[in-house]
Amino acid sequence: MRELQVSEIAAAVERLFVDANINLGEGVLKRLESAVDEEVSPAGKEVLRELLKNAEVASREQIPICQDTGLAIVFLEIGQDVHLAGGDLTEAVSTGVRNAYGKGYLRKSCCNPFTRQNTGDNTPPIVHASIVAGDRVRVVAMPKGGGSENYSEVRMLTPSAGVPGIKAFVLDMVKKGGPNPCPPITVGVGVGGNFETSALLSKEALMVPFGQRHPDPFVAGLELEMLDEINGLGIGPAGFGGKVTALDLHIKTLPCHIASLPVAVNIQCHANRLKEVTL
Amino acid sequence: MEIKRIKTPLSGETIEGLRSGDKVLLSGYIYTARDAAHKRFMDELREGRPLPLEVKGQVIYYCGPTPPAPGRVIGAAGPTTSSRMDAYAPTLLGLGLAGMIGKGKRSQEVRDAIRTYKAVYFGATGGAGALLSKRIKTYEIVAYGDLGPEAVARLLVEDFPVFVINDVFGGDLYEMGAGSYKKI
Repeated sequence: MRELQVSEIAAAVERLFVDANINLGEGVLKRLESAVDEEVSPAGKEVLRELLKNAEVASREQIPICQDTGLAIVFLEIGQDVHLAGGDLTEAVSTGVRNAYGKGYLRKSCCNPFTRQNTGDNTPPIVHASIVAGDRVRVVAMPKGGGSENYSEVRMLTPSAGVPGIKAFVLDMVKKGGPNPCPPITVGVGVGGNFETSALLSKEALMVPFGQRHPDPFVAGLELEMLDEINGLGIGPAGFGGKVTALDLHIKTLPCHIASLPVAVNIQCHANRLKEVTL
Repeated sequence: MEIKRIKTPLSGETIEGLRSGDKVLLSGYIYTARDAAHKRFMDELREGRPLPLEVKGQVIYYCGPTPPAPGRVIGAAGPTTSSRMDAYAPTLLGLGLAGMIGKGKRSQEVRDAIRTYKAVYFGATGGAGALLSKRIKTYEIVAYGDLGPEAVARLLVEDFPVFVINDVFGGDLYEMGAGSYKKI
């Protein structure tokens, strides 16, 4: 059995959160560049160019892309043939987050839900761990801003609502968000599973690379149809009007109960901050 | 696109010269305040205490910046979603607040108060926190330091780029913008 020190996971978490907050991913950069050509509204084009310029300044001067450096969301895929040694895994992930937000001069945006007292170090992180085959550990860091997360929701639709019900819900959420979640957005949709897994699916959908379609041709078609409808809403970059309201839309699915049709929508801002490493 | 250069504090004349959709470069002092600071403003007023800043003619920026790295004035400093301050904004506008900078739509109550009290709502580009930080020359906490990123700070800005979203005549850039490109 392969042994991996949890301190290595802590170090990876620290590196990934600093990197994700300062350096926009290659995929997002390319997608924003193509969006400049697609956009027809002058104000929309200007906002897209501003966002690209922002990414350049952030990376060159090592300033975070956005002041909302997010709640720290960590996905861990732990190979079943790895022995995690040298301490508590949860504590190691927290240490990585604490170091990233402290030493990296990132904003601490985590607070008590009632008193609103800031926890001071952006912990605790939100950790989604799963056990997979193999002897590796995949670590994904997603700093998630509040502005986009606030326009996310789970709805328990009835089976009779079907595809029209899903589409209406997704469009409703994008309209409700309008300029607030920092468009051009990425839309993650989770369909099926149950109450809590639909929400997780919608978040995982945000991790699918730009332009990649669902393997099921029917779902892939639905992704493109919904993307087209969203981009017909006219919201545009920063909500100043235009046709690039969303950079992409991804659906993730799971079978569900015969009585249910759980659907979750998770909205992501233009930056779609995400960095990963496999240890 | 014509660019208007204006200075804070804002005069009535300056405000009346602005129209929804105008691109504006703002210079002078502005104040940061977001959720927790606004809640405290309301507590101060309810208990008969003065606000930590004289809001008359001033501009409040809905912003909670990242901490500055050594040798820098401020970290990333873009706008947060303004609608969360909708519950508090009419009270501050009633006290003479002249401008707000944020992102996203305002409630009908806020839009009405903007007309009634002759004020203006500006939008800065959401997500452009690194770029916007370059236009901030000084950062000084003036109240509620214990709130960390939510403290009230005085910023000296130079040519800070914003768009006029809601003007004093009832215009709304978001409605104008989306209306032009709507297909469904």
